Amino acid sequence: MTALRTLSLAAARQVQLRVSAPNCGRLWARGLATPSSEELKKTGLYDFHVENGAKMVPFAGYLMPLSYGDVGQVASHNHVRNTAGLFDVGHMVQSNFRGPTVTAFLEWVTPSSLSSLSPYSSTLSVILNDKGGIIDDTVITKHADDAFYVVTNAGRRDRDLAHFKDKLEEWNASDRAKDGKVEHEVLDGWGLVALQGPESAKYLQALTSFDLKELMFGNSAFLSIEGFNLHVARGGYTGEDGFEISIPPAHTTEVARLLSKQPVQLTGLGARDSLRLEAGMCLYGNDLDEETTPIEAGLTWVIGKERRETGDFIGAEGVIKHLKDGPPRRRVGLVIDGAPARQGAKIFDPSGKELIGTVTSGIPSPTLSKNIAMAYVQTGFHKKGTEVQVDVRNKLRKAVLTPMPFVKPRYWRG
Amino acid sequence: MFSVLRQTSRSRLSLPRRAAVPAGIQSIPIFRTLITKRFTADHETVSYDDKTGLGTITITEYAQSSLGDVVFVELPALETKVEQGDQIGAVESVKAASDIYAPVSGIVKEVNEKLNDQPGLLNKSPEEDGWLCKIQLSNPAEVEDLMTAKAYRDIQDS
Repeated sequence: MTALRTLSLAAARQVQLRVSAPNCGRLWARGLATPSSEELKKTGLYDFHVENGAKMVPFAGYLMPLSYGDVGQVASHNHVRNTAGLFDVGHMVQSNFRGPTVTAFLEWVTPSSLSSLSPYSSTLSVILNDKGGIIDDTVITKHADDAFYVVTNAGRRDRDLAHFKDKLEEWNASDRAKDGKVEHEVLDGWGLVALQGPESAKYLQALTSFDLKELMFGNSAFLSIEGFNLHVARGGYTGEDGFEISIPPAHTTEVARLLSKQPVQLTGLGARDSLRLEAGMCLYGNDLDEETTPIEAGLTWVIGKERRETGDFIGAEGVIKHLKDGPPRRRVGLVIDGAPARQGAKIFDPSGKELIGTVTSGIPSPTLSKNIAMAYVQTGFHKKGTEVQVDVRNKLRKAVLTPMPFVKPRYWRG
Repeated sequence: MFSVLRQTSRSRLSLPRRAAVPAGIQSIPIFRTLITKRFTADHETVSYDDKTGLGTITITEYAQSSLGDVVFVELPALETKVEQGDQIGAVESVKAASDIYAPVSGIVKEVNEKLNDQPGLLNKSPEEDGWLCKIQLSNPAEVEDLMTAKAYRDIQDS
């Protein structure tokens, strides 16, 4: 029973460690990337989670809530789809980039068109290495031509920060910074919570005089919420309408309390993973890595149109090659018959003989009651409706390529 | 048999009543039938009925609570010959897949078909109604080498 083979979250891996005890037969703590509990960090909401009966597990170097009390993952997932949930995402890295040449700098570090982005709007983007592989995925919010707010993944903190430092030094020492240097400030200790679900706007509206109907998906604003002036971005990681709210360190717990009363339920990492997968969103480390270009990952849309021609960003050569020649493999969605296919499951052509890809994330979908998965398959097998075979426990199971998102998003667009 | 009986009295004495882990051995007061319940490090149980020679396989209460909502159970085919330690199926929750291993050698005689439609039985009643399969033991001595309830509880507490 202990061989929890294919877990998409380090959090879930911890479940296995808890189950396994000394003298236990099959203990394989596969690919456990999390340091021991002594080194684990806590977000500003740690005590709040414990108070609310959270099961805390290591995730991306932090102790984070997997679930709360007796609420199971499916019930918690459904509550976000039907009502609203609050997530602590304070482990993620929040940064400010400022300076007269910051737009050009970020257009070098990412392939996004940021000069044409309107103030107080956001875009999903990618930070690329020299070969065009994805160092991290990120959401970039423009406040002004000289000020951007950037959120990156906790699990990539060290890699990202070293990369930014390196590239900033190079930029600021070069001619390109002659109109002014770029500064990077990490908002360490700041809180970040995500209020997600169809009831979230109604709930938040009761706490602010700002008319939330005016705040569209992908936009942000500083809102007065019960006297706190907070950065609120409309969007999230569930496919539902929702808000990501950044909070100064001193007020994080108080704001979390305000945002988690009935009918909002605190929601852990377990439901976060199943919600994001239904929404077709990537988890870095599972579905994205440094060997994968944004073209392979189905993220071509994050690359600005004119930037595909100019190619003046880090990693452009690899990206443009995949654009011109077509990528060798592509990220796709699968629906699998019978058993759920998890991360690492091998994908074969319909004859079952030729290996054509690998599953990167997979779950039984609580919303659809089907086994859904994200995978990479060889170009040629990537069209929707293609039938393939997936190996689960040495048995081939039929699967069909299915467009993502699996569950239709319900963003607020006015 | 004698050692089983000895084990019975010993574990009865040493086991405080605890809801989470049922007593290791239950003797059912009809004739001479004795049901020996043992645990494995893979968080499974086998209840061996010495009259029928069948061992009923389940996952433990601890395993179900760690897995969370079970949504799919894969069971072995009837008449499959299994060796102790063979993978015979799997239990899947939203968050994880977990293999089921044969705790004893023998032939699969029955599977719990109810789990196909009601995988949630594994959460509600993992060690009773949510049983997985019944194996005709080829070597009943294997049962005695498995863990008693107390030994199983000890590895969880340690």
